Amino acid sequence: MASKNKAVAYYPGCALEGTGHAYNRSTKAVGKALGLDLVELKNWNCCGAMEVKNIDPKIQTYLSARNLSIAEDMGYDTVMAPCNGCYHNLKKAEYDLENDEGSKQVNERLSSKAGHKTYEAGKVETIHALDWIKREIGDEELSRRVKKSLKGLKVANYYGCMYTRPRHIFPEKDKGPGSESTSKPHFMDEILAAAGAENVDYPLKTACCGGAHALSDSDTSTRLVLNLIETAEACGADVIATECPTCHTGLEMHQVRAEKVLGRKTKVKILYFTQLLGMALGLSPNTVGVQENFSDARELIKQKGLA
Amino acid sequence: MPIHEKSLIRPENLVEHEELVIDGIDVSGHWSTFIEGRSVCDYNENLQDEIEAMAGGEYISRCWQCGSCTNACTVNAINPDFNPRYWIYLIRLGMEEELVRDKDIIWQCVSCNKCTYACPREVNPEGVMKATAHWLELKGHTEKKPSMVFDEAFSEQVFETGKIEDGLVLRQFFSRTGQKLTQPWLVALVGGLIKRFPVFYLMRLGLSTVLRPRTSGWGRARAAINEYVEEREAANRKALGLDGKGAE
Repeated sequence: MASKNKAVAYYPGCALEGTGHAYNRSTKAVGKALGLDLVELKNWNCCGAMEVKNIDPKIQTYLSARNLSIAEDMGYDTVMAPCNGCYHNLKKAEYDLENDEGSKQVNERLSSKAGHKTYEAGKVETIHALDWIKREIGDEELSRRVKKSLKGLKVANYYGCMYTRPRHIFPEKDKGPGSESTSKPHFMDEILAAAGAENVDYPLKTACCGGAHALSDSDTSTRLVLNLIETAEACGADVIATECPTCHTGLEMHQVRAEKVLGRKTKVKILYFTQLLGMALGLSPNTVGVQENFSDARELIKQKGLA
Repeated sequence: MPIHEKSLIRPENLVEHEELVIDGIDVSGHWSTFIEGRSVCDYNENLQDEIEAMAGGEYISRCWQCGSCTNACTVNAINPDFNPRYWIYLIRLGMEEELVRDKDIIWQCVSCNKCTYACPREVNPEGVMKATAHWLELKGHTEKKPSMVFDEAFSEQVFETGKIEDGLVLRQFFSRTGQKLTQPWLVALVGGLIKRFPVFYLMRLGLSTVLRPRTSGWGRARAAINEYVEEREAANRKALGLDGKGAE
């Protein structure tokens, strides 16, 4: 367990500077409201998302290794990535550099040619925004700091693929009480419950939204997303809470596409978990970027007394 | 029955005699349905080696055909023809022709990693799917699939500048695949946002076009990555026996 209120290196990633800007904004706002320090990685690069690995996985390992070496140079032993894709890739690089000789060699080669230090496994720990809040604040303390309870708001917690799979790149998960589960993750459930939300029993927490092919195979993605959304509605959810900009944008995009192309209209709203948490901590919807979402949740937020 | 033999009962392999009497018994019509005799003699004995040589396919020979991958598969749930276990089986036997029948769906793997999670043998089926999709393109069995067009547009930007700007990736992908940006659902999506918050949206759109995000001092990393990519491409072509031939 890390000491309280430790500063962590912050890796927002490309999506959080683009379509996922609201996630960036709300993560920083929540950090500020909770008194947690975030220092952005200097001159970071893209993690390669779900794409570069299909050109060559070892380049993807290098891309993350470069970011980890920056965190190390800045004197941090922990890097926090709110984006599931970035988080996944940093974790995977850590695993591959520890266990795969080929990845290690390519990393050495590319790092030395690029003219920076070669990152070695074990120097920097990667955590998700969920881990960060759980570790630094914890559920009990969080519930004490809530100013506007999310009471009456029914939430389906959606974690997506990259936060838990494949299991071997997350050695700290599935370690019994207190640790995160890869089959039934619960950190977001617990954080939002501490903020007063009523979590519905959502069976598709780790199902896939088709985000990797959101544009290149949009019919498949629309079917996958529609299933996620209709199931959330069947569970009685007002909101699907997300923790990944790819999932989030995918859900928003294909909710509209399902209506336009398949004529299936749904009304559940999509919000980042940091947006919900931020509002519970007393921040205004604008401060957590609700107006930036494609999914327009302003009416619902007013109804639930969070505005 | 080995699973590949289900191909024997495809309609084109079935024979039915309209009028047939055997030993004085009338077996006309569907009573005389036969499976056409078949002998396979066009095995590609190098198929498994070729897939193994591609990134992601390294561990295919560990597979013992339990079917956990197909059972867990996201895409299989919406299209039963999407069958990772079956393709791994075909590759290991060298049945290239059978494999190529599914050339238009193998690329649809969404990389959710449910298969890799479920696999008891650490085959990395997700990687095998990507290796196989890549192999199909390199061998000229298929044209470049939309996901590869997207991966390339994305990766080129990362290699070039160290970062991506998602609007630019989207525009490039639509233009390279000959799609219009004015699809009704996309217009509805962006239109809704502009109505709510025009100043912010237009500002960001303008800013990202003028000031493309980039990692400073990226030049040496770019050169190192591009050199490595070229080497890998040459190695793949060599492993597939494509040296000196056209790419597609």
